[in-house]
Amino acid sequence: MNFSLKIWRQDGSQGRFEDYEVSDVSADSSFLEMLDQLNDQLTESGGDPVAFDSDCREGVCGTCCLVINGRPHGGRGGTTCQLYMRHFADGETITIEPWRATAFPVVRDLVVDRSAFDRIIQSGGYITVHSGPKPEPNTMPIEPEVAEEALDAASCIGCGACVAACPNGAAMLFTAAKISHLGLLPQGQPERMERVRSMVEKMEDEGFGPCRNYGECEAACPKDISIKFIGRMNRDYLRATMVEPYDRRGKMKPQ
Amino acid sequence: MSRRLVALYRSQLGKKVVVAVTGLIMVGFLVVHLAGNLKVFLPDPEPGVADIDVYAEALREIGVPFLPHGAVVWATRLALLAAVILHVVCVLQLSAQSRAARRGGYAERRYQRATWAARLMMVSGLTLLVYIVFHLAHLTVGVVEPDRFVHGALYYNLYEAFTRWPFVLIYTVGMAAVAFHVYHGAWSVFQTLGLDSPERNRLFRGVAIGLAILFLVGFLSIPFAFVSGVLGPPPSPPEEHAGILQAGFATPADNAPSEVQR
Ligand code: HEM
Ligand code: SF4
Ligand code: FES
Repeated sequence: MNFSLKIWRQDGSQGRFEDYEVSDVSADSSFLEMLDQLNDQLTESGGDPVAFDSDCREGVCGTCCLVINGRPHGGRGGTTCQLYMRHFADGETITIEPWRATAFPVVRDLVVDRSAFDRIIQSGGYITVHSGPKPEPNTMPIEPEVAEEALDAASCIGCGACVAACPNGAAMLFTAAKISHLGLLPQGQPERMERVRSMVEKMEDEGFGPCRNYGECEAACPKDISIKFIGRMNRDYLRATMVEPYDRRGKMKPQ
Repeated sequence: MSRRLVALYRSQLGKKVVVAVTGLIMVGFLVVHLAGNLKVFLPDPEPGVADIDVYAEALREIGVPFLPHGAVVWATRLALLAAVILHVVCVLQLSAQSRAARRGGYAERRYQRATWAARLMMVSGLTLLVYIVFHLAHLTVGVVEPDRFVHGALYYNLYEAFTRWPFVLIYTVGMAAVAFHVYHGAWSVFQTLGLDSPERNRLFRGVAIGLAILFLVGFLSIPFAFVSGVLGPPPSPPEEHAGILQAGFATPADNAPSEVQR
């Protein structure tokens, strides 16, 4: 198969689109393999290969961040590395761009700096456990439904497609998934309110935008994280700011 | 408490809560306002007096003699004014933050889920703002056409305006904006406040669609009833009828319900 590619190239603060042609691409190659092929071609002809991120190439690490034809990860319900060239028409022109969000500055070409996500996690995405001998696995009973729901939230790979898809550059889906994954489980209860407060504040400090309930994030998420977790985060945040921590030693008057 | 409110307001999530709560207050007002407006279709309780005029006077009399005449009406107006101001200020601040979070767009952007109503909230909202100012100037203050406006003679004022197409058209645009805004907004409130869930989603989406249709059809039934002749001219000249109201309905709050039943 042959493709015309319109790729965002950036080195420094300004970028632009450049056109490329790749030929003899196997229909069974993945999108990233197609880009590898292009880069081989560019290197051989003395050109400058296109910088893009990838690692596991099996949909678990979340580093392969490309907006393909206006949709993060190509909009087919998986990650970019799980996208195959047979999904495209022979001869098609494909536009490839980086995630665009102020909080994700472009490092080079298609590579963005997503360390803002790491800082959100650092601000509250942990639980306190004692570090002695490993406890017996079933000492803390957890309802299977709750465990499953926590696992659904935990399946977020931190790729940032939700931010890339959001017209407001909001990181609500990611942050909500991370908050819910710990907040649903008994082990996450002690820091639950503190966690939601600090992670939401960090999210806003990092320059992500406000949610307007468009639902674009859920549509773009390769792991099908539901916006129900955003509702849950909103509820917890309201509680954390309006009622917790309550004044434990406050006095009451009977008259 | 106030410290907590300030902390909430500082955050984007908190501003969204303010938008949601004030939006909900305005939706609540619209439901009551619609119910009141539909009294225009009720028969005259007394020869020469339109039912809606009695109702308007009764609203001013709520709480009398414990509260001054018109107190409840004015309190409601102030509360609504505060709601509109808070709603708009928060929306504008949030909108500036979203633009800052997303400098530079995609060469090609294909939406997958967002509805037109959601994407055009700012357009429908700003249309509403202009509409609200016009509506108050027209039917509350009466400065749009002072020679065709008599304070307290609601039926007469409605008849004068809505028998002419330009007014019908302006109100149609206003109500289309309301319907569009509420179609997304009345659901969005539940999500913002964290009340929506997959099990309740159909209910809340249904409420939003239902309210949008109710407002569109309910409010517009009035101008269209006048322009099509379903509703006729006022039962008496407006000056005379203001006199009847004052003389005949000294305590309209007590009289009105039984009059309506008859
Ligand atoms: C009768 C008047 C109005 C009603 C009933 C109303 C109702 C609502 C409701 C229920 C919401 C949803 C809140 C949420 O997302 O949780 C909303 C959002 C919004 N309203 Fe209004 N509104 C009114 C007037 C206005 C006006 C005058 C503006 C002018 C700027 C406006 C602009 C917006 C915008 C832009 C949003 C989306 C905010 C966001 O999601 O970030 N609204 N409105
Ligand atoms: S919520 Fe989905 S789209 Fe967002 S970072 Fe996690 S996996 Fe990626
Ligand atoms: S490369 Fe790891 S998810 Fe795509």
